Amino acid sequence: MLQLTNITKTFAKGTVNEKTALNGIDLHLEKGDFVTVLGSNGAGKSTLFGAIAGTFVPDTGSVVLDGTDITNLPDYKRSKYIGRMFQDPLKGTAPSMTIEENLALAYMRASSHTSPFSMISRADRADFRERLSMLGLGLEDRMNHPVGLLSGGQRQALTLLMATLVTPKLLLLDEHTAALDPATAEKVLELTKRIVADNGITCLMITHNIPSALELGNRTIMMHDGKIVLELSGQQRRHITTEQLLQAFHQQGVVSDRILFSADL
Amino acid sequence: MISTAVIMSALELGCIYALVALALFLSFRILNIADMTTDGTFTLGCAVSATVAVAGHPILALPAAMLAGAAAGSITALLQTKFRIPSILAGIITNTGLYTVNLAVMGFSSNVNMLKTDTIFSLLKEALGTGHKLIPAAVIALAVGLFLIFFLKTRLGLSIRATGDNADMVRASSINTAFTITVGLMLSNSLTALSGAVLAQYQKTADINLGTGMVIIGLASLIIGETLMPKGKMWLKVLGAILGSIVYRFIIAIALRMDLPSECLKLISAVIVALAIGLPAMKAARKGGN
Repeated sequence: MLQLTNITKTFAKGTVNEKTALNGIDLHLEKGDFVTVLGSNGAGKSTLFGAIAGTFVPDTGSVVLDGTDITNLPDYKRSKYIGRMFQDPLKGTAPSMTIEENLALAYMRASSHTSPFSMISRADRADFRERLSMLGLGLEDRMNHPVGLLSGGQRQALTLLMATLVTPKLLLLDEHTAALDPATAEKVLELTKRIVADNGITCLMITHNIPSALELGNRTIMMHDGKIVLELSGQQRRHITTEQLLQAFHQQGVVSDRILFSADL
Repeated sequence: MISTAVIMSALELGCIYALVALALFLSFRILNIADMTTDGTFTLGCAVSATVAVAGHPILALPAAMLAGAAAGSITALLQTKFRIPSILAGIITNTGLYTVNLAVMGFSSNVNMLKTDTIFSLLKEALGTGHKLIPAAVIALAVGLFLIFFLKTRLGLSIRATGDNADMVRASSINTAFTITVGLMLSNSLTALSGAVLAQYQKTADINLGTGMVIIGLASLIIGETLMPKGKMWLKVLGAILGSIVYRFIIAIALRMDLPSECLKLISAVIVALAIGLPAMKAARKGGN
């Protein structure tokens, strides 16, 4: 499904700020895999997502999605197959446009065949309405409201819907609930689980929360210094406790306050 | 104090210059780009329109001017998207180059006289029997306004709007922002050129300096319109740009009546724009926003 081979990326090469953000990453995802990604700040998690989404071209290595080498494909072309969500709820939506217009834009990923001069049809509207009602936030009655009026949680839920409106081959979630209050974060996470499961989407999710990293999905990887230092799946993942995983973090010297707090010991 | 003739000419000029306000609505408000190509493109529209009209094709002159304007816009867009030149500088570069192009279009002369040339206004007068220049000017302004309202609701229009609003999100919708910026700037510059084209035929002369300060005049009109109209719907904003342009022409007419030397107008326009753009931001800062 997704095959990363020997990906490296060094930023600001040849300066005092030189930073090797990715150092020989190999990762293989099967179709339907839901992989949670752990690691302290600066471990290279978001950079890894950048390499997959095409924000930059890696120094070495290749990105192959579904049998196609996309290493040199620009980001906007990859987004046809890859959905991405960020921590910042403001990043995924256009604030001065209405909910309906935002959804229409997201829908364009699928509709390369429709005319650029076509408008939002009645059928589109009915479809958007139905999809919005599944979020259970009442947004279906506010389709003509500008997105800028929504709360962070509502915007993030809408972004999730937009990222999956046209089922992507791969969904990248970069701490997409970290900026929300606990109750809203819980709700968005529930939605994420449901949408990913319903559509069988292959998914990578960055989180700092060890319990949810172990609970969600079927695989967990831990990153440190631009490398994948630990991979858990199957039996081994099912039986590991938060304490044991923290122990593993300690051994790698990668434990951070944020991870400690989230472990809730 | 103000005669009917003054009112009529303010209305006529207001409708003609409204196209610049609509162009800037598209580039400045929708795409969030201060397009400095505007001055040169306006003159380009004048020059192409005058030259083609003198050659005997006053109607063809308008689409020809629009094409020329779109070409100028595409160069600014190219500088910005492919060569990564900051948008304001990209516009200034194109604008500078256009000065030579504009002179060349007018046969390396700084003006073109159209006194004995047929124009869309004289043709209409022959056809309809009335000499009201307001009719064609208003029809063009309203037609362009209507076109914009519909265009901005199409999928292409939505992606252009989103580009100015949140470019990240546009790329995430598998739309190339270089493409949307190019389409937006080509369209806005074709409207600016159309304005220049109609003006040249209206006043039966084209001059190399006609476009000087046009970006500020257009912005002033746009902002006057925004303060007059309630916020919200797209058609209100488009109508506001047209109204703002007419109000601006009335302000100018009144200033001229008050024996204000016409040399002062550019300074007044500059002050209006500086205050209109600056004041809302200052108010917001005082309220504790950013």
